[in-house]
Amino acid sequence: MAARPTFPAGLALDAHKQQACGTPIIELSLPPQVTLALDQGSGYSAEPVVTVGDSVAMGTLVARADHPFASALHSPLAGNVVAIESREAAVEGGRNVCIVIENDGSGRIDDRVRPVATALSLSPEELVHRLRDAGIAGLGGAGFPTATKLNSARASGAQTLVLNGAECEPWICCDDAVMRSAADDVVRGALLLQRAAGAGRCLIAIEDDKPAAIAAVAGAIERQRDAAQRDDALTLAVISAVYPQGAERQLITAVAGIEVPSGSLPAAAGVICQNVATAVAVARWAAYGEPILSRVVTVTGSGVEHPCNVRAPIGTPLSALIAAAGGYRSTPLRLIAGGSMTGRALPSDDVGLTKAMNCVLVATPDDVGSRLGAVEMPCIRCGDCANVCPAGLLPQQLHRAALADAHDAMHELGMRDCIDCGLCDYVCPSQIPLAARFRDARRRLNAAEATAQKAAHARERHELRTRRLQEAATAEQQAFESVRNRARQPDDDPAGGNR
Amino acid sequence: MNPVAIGIALLVAVALAMALGVALGWAASRIEPDADSLVERIDALLPQTQCGQCLYPGCRPYAAAIASGEADIDRCPPGGDSTLRALAALLDRAPRPLDPAFGAPKPAQVAWIVEERCIGCALCLPACPVDAIVGASRQMHTVIAAQCTGCELCLPPCPVDCIELRAAPATSLRHHQPRAA
Amino acid sequence: MTELLLLALGASLVNNFVLSNFLGLCPFIGVSRRFEAAAGMALATLFVLTIASGLSFALWQWVLVPLHLEHLRTLVFILLIAGVVQFTEIMVRATSPLLHQLLGIFLPLITTNCAVLGVALLNVDRQHGLLESLVFGASAGAGFGLALLLFTALRERLDTADVPEAFRGAPVALVTAGLMALAFMGFTGLGAR
Repeated sequence: MAARPTFPAGLALDAHKQQACGTPIIELSLPPQVTLALDQGSGYSAEPVVTVGDSVAMGTLVARADHPFASALHSPLAGNVVAIESREAAVEGGRNVCIVIENDGSGRIDDRVRPVATALSLSPEELVHRLRDAGIAGLGGAGFPTATKLNSARASGAQTLVLNGAECEPWICCDDAVMRSAADDVVRGALLLQRAAGAGRCLIAIEDDKPAAIAAVAGAIERQRDAAQRDDALTLAVISAVYPQGAERQLITAVAGIEVPSGSLPAAAGVICQNVATAVAVARWAAYGEPILSRVVTVTGSGVEHPCNVRAPIGTPLSALIAAAGGYRSTPLRLIAGGSMTGRALPSDDVGLTKAMNCVLVATPDDVGSRLGAVEMPCIRCGDCANVCPAGLLPQQLHRAALADAHDAMHELGMRDCIDCGLCDYVCPSQIPLAARFRDARRRLNAAEATAQKAAHARERHELRTRRLQEAATAEQQAFESVRNRARQPDDDPAGGNR
Repeated sequence: MNPVAIGIALLVAVALAMALGVALGWAASRIEPDADSLVERIDALLPQTQCGQCLYPGCRPYAAAIASGEADIDRCPPGGDSTLRALAALLDRAPRPLDPAFGAPKPAQVAWIVEERCIGCALCLPACPVDAIVGASRQMHTVIAAQCTGCELCLPPCPVDCIELRAAPATSLRHHQPRAA
Repeated sequence: MTELLLLALGASLVNNFVLSNFLGLCPFIGVSRRFEAAAGMALATLFVLTIASGLSFALWQWVLVPLHLEHLRTLVFILLIAGVVQFTEIMVRATSPLLHQLLGIFLPLITTNCAVLGVALLNVDRQHGLLESLVFGASAGAGFGLALLLFTALRERLDTADVPEAFRGAPVALVTAGLMALAFMGFTGLGAR
């Protein structure tokens, strides 16, 4: 078989996807209560616009996005706001202010939720504006507000939209299920996103281990070819199933052949990436006026009875998702939001589903086993880590710099370019916890940079103040002297004195 | 050895020494030592709170004192351990703990004017080394939290003790890694 | 020309002053913890070696020999070297006060660096001319600098390596220096006829 396009390095991992993709997507009914975290995964919180006691309908705006990196939040069910308080949540730090809404069973839909019939004829600016109001965010795992990304793409004149259907991480298969069951929505959403981004062409990238999805999307493209502006505007790109093929920069290298320079965004290189599930959400918005109220999430792992994909409302407690997957098979070792490579451990199954959560991995020791109880040994300079790094970095050197907390060395070695894929950690024969160490090092680098910037700013203000005081003193001195000089020599007064 | 030879030897040695001395003296007077660049580099590592806890009137004078060898590097509590280590690394000295005689490190703080008590006397405005207090005579004063370095210099001048210190708002330490789109 | 090249090769690699003749070990161990300081020291020593080598030859040829004061060479050379080093210190203080701080006492101690006096005396012993003296001095300085910089880079790596407690600091540094000396023995016989 001819080699499919891919990026340098990377590693083909065991997928563990067969079980969950075997069954159709389960449509979960509305739960009795949803917990909506104000930070839905992007790192920035929205501002609540409701108070405790308010009554809301499906699709009612409950939190406004003031910051360009936050996304608007809408209620996925009809009911009453019972609490706005700090709760356990699937965000960094484990806790976040959450809006808790109790279901009143009415199933009422907000009046403002209406199909957008003329979506394709809206101007790109208006389209982006409406998508922002609908709270559309990246459903591939980052939760980044789509509107912000689209605006930056238009501002940079990006010409290529890449739809990310790679789904390279083991265990996660929600995008696969979405592509199989809603391929037409994927294409419709792609066209809308293409218009919003002002991109001339669009590529839908799918890994070659998903033949059913490839067939479904290819069929949808054929059916909708007349809606596209040019014949080659929408094409399918099949790529190698290598981890981390779905990481933005690596994907762009594989399908567009461009390497996004370090420190700049893909938009600056003329490409914008969106997840296929995000495209489906955009299509649903156009068809029904529906803001993001639900998402498809993979519930899998050796710790659940029947791994499957579930479409559930945002804010659904994870316990309900696991129940839909047949419940716990045994006491799990860990509950992970995400896949086995970049997922984060969760405090409990009470947390609510977020827009950024693409997988709930109920992991037993077998699933994460190789590192369990592992004793860290010294680095043996084998170089395996550098062989697999998709960003082309030298984890061996970075590790040394991280241990020494040498900020200059870390910058020089490109610590900022690390995409946190976890491959170096995965292959290290000495069981060194590289991923955790690098995450910690990046945190310290950011903290140091923030402190240094603040100090530089303070120094500038201090110098300005010193100069201001000096100038004031000089001006005062000069004024005094001119008055004194005039007092001493009245005859020089051109207006004439009394002579 | 004959005395003439010894005399010539002595003469040559002394002449050489004197010639060298004169040449070096002339060179030293004509080539100015450059103090500034070292002071700049030290100053760049200091936290710029301008608080005076090191007993110098600001961060730059302290940096100059370190450069000239007058002061040691362990006098800066706002800089804490990280500044000490950075200074020790720059100047290749052994790391050591902060001198407790100059104060203890405190968590990041900002000044807060309790508006109910403020009388608008404007005495705190000139005290702030970074001009972080806005106000005018008989107008409400307030501290711009983003500019405040927590140096505490505004507390003594206030006649009604209306300024208090609060914990600085936590900055997000996320490493801002975009994950798969 | 070939003679000069062979002389340079010999002074810098084959008979490296630090690793083969074991001269100048004080700054070798003392300034090798940070690369910035070591680079400064290497340049300063190169400068001193070249100038001192040339000036000492001049002094020997045109003052000491005509006046039959050859027995004063040690004293006179030391005086000269001290002067050159002091001049170097003035220059360093003017161009980079940070380097001046980093080098500290090791800058004036270049005077007592046996490699510098060694080069001056060897020039006399081997009856080098002016050009040969200068080349010999410069190559000795280059060789010293090379050994110093290599050693510093190794020591910086050792700082973050997992060294056993008993070996941390000077012991492992000395072991490293010994291994470097062994490595430089590989140059033995290079350029021989």
